[in-house]
Amino acid sequence: MDEQLKTTCLTEEHIALGAKMSPFAGFMMPIQYSSIIEEHQAVRGACGMFDVSHMGEIFVNGPDAERYVNHIFTNDVSGMEPGQILYGMMLYPNGGTVDDLLVYREYAPDAYLLVVNAANIDKDYAWMLENAEGFEVGILNASSDWGQIAVQGPASEAVVSKVLGMDLSGLTFYHFVDSTLYGQRAIISRTGYTGEDGFEIYASPAATVDLWKAFLAAGVVPCGLGCRDTLRFEAGLPLYGDELSADITPVMAGLSMFCKLDKPEFIGRDALAAQKAEGPAKKLVGIELADKAIPRAGYPVELPDGTEVGVVTTGYRSISLDKSICFALVAAEYSALGTTLMVRIRHKVFEGTVVKKRFYQTNYKK
Amino acid sequence: MSKILEELLYSDSHEWVRVDGDIAIIGVSDFAQAEMGDITYVDAPTEGDEVHKGEDFGALESVKASSELYAPVSGEVVAVNAALEDKPELINEDPYGAWIIKVQMSDNSELDSLLNAAAYAEIAG
Repeated sequence: MDEQLKTTCLTEEHIALGAKMSPFAGFMMPIQYSSIIEEHQAVRGACGMFDVSHMGEIFVNGPDAERYVNHIFTNDVSGMEPGQILYGMMLYPNGGTVDDLLVYREYAPDAYLLVVNAANIDKDYAWMLENAEGFEVGILNASSDWGQIAVQGPASEAVVSKVLGMDLSGLTFYHFVDSTLYGQRAIISRTGYTGEDGFEIYASPAATVDLWKAFLAAGVVPCGLGCRDTLRFEAGLPLYGDELSADITPVMAGLSMFCKLDKPEFIGRDALAAQKAEGPAKKLVGIELADKAIPRAGYPVELPDGTEVGVVTTGYRSISLDKSICFALVAAEYSALGTTLMVRIRHKVFEGTVVKKRFYQTNYKK
Repeated sequence: MSKILEELLYSDSHEWVRVDGDIAIIGVSDFAQAEMGDITYVDAPTEGDEVHKGEDFGALESVKASSELYAPVSGEVVAVNAALEDKPELINEDPYGAWIIKVQMSDNSELDSLLNAAAYAEIAG
């Protein structure tokens, strides 16, 4: 039997809206409300919202906070301004990925918030505690105290500013501001996972429920995890478990720019530097098929002569581009742009071409 | 409650069959299309292909997943619905109008093992 599935503070709202619910990362989550295609287009065209309360919030503070976060995180937090956010990974010593995450540099001194994937909260927290020896830091997993709503799409700035009664036009991509809702701290962050402009709002569970209702009343379209995946995929964003894992390093996934090898040290640095110098055996690529058949995770990738050289990690008939595209992890010698690769779909083989992973032109407010 | 047409036969894998002499017109039920969500691609056989009862003859792809189509009867494919090539969403809009293939049946007695509307209603509640 499965473990007991967790709910979020918004589960009752999803059920009331008639969402199709399904287990994801140990939580019962909405997959879609109306249709994945309509929800996807709402985000690309105007504004949609996601319950992302299942994400994990881990707070780090103390005199050694900066040195500690730099020890476990691939990106460099030393130059961060208060209110700034960085994307990066935590790695195992062999370079495999523990998780990918956001690090928020708090306005309070010596304090960071790490936002991690729902499926990895317990693993990440244990990893962080295990690697805190010798650092004067406090580490607190506060995931269950926080709800989170992601409002995404070109109309987000206007809608979120109106609903929160704040002018958010000055908040730039990968920055956040603090606020108070229901007497408790709220965080308004200009981030997301869709390739569009948008905000992620962290608040207490009670405030999150009221925010959700206020956004609904303002005409924001509720969106499920179904289109969250199609949106992030088109924008070339990896999903832990598919494009990053204990076996897939950031170098293999093409995410070296988020790994600062010039930092004095971080866990996994030496392995990553060696892999970068030698070149990884496998690389993540984008493949566009000529046909309408749809490549799915796990389908084999082959050379025209039938030799298997890789596997699809995520694939869709792209909603925004109307093309059959996928991410695939393939032998590095076949990863160059323009390479012809075949994808085996059920009984047939379809020809594709290696293309850039960012299939869709993102629209961030830099 | 999904829509089930009285005059059709059904398989337990949610295909419907409209019998026209020796021809079986085959599609998927309203229940199946609703379960799948937006259908984005129909992987259909070509005219002249043989299909065998209980074996897959193609697949429907929704945004999230693919699900195989199983032949409710055996025979030769004599027509493929070309309209679905560009408009696979017709299956969502009108599952009983949007047929997928027509099969010249090789053994009409295979129809006896299919479900009538009342029996299908029990598995597609």
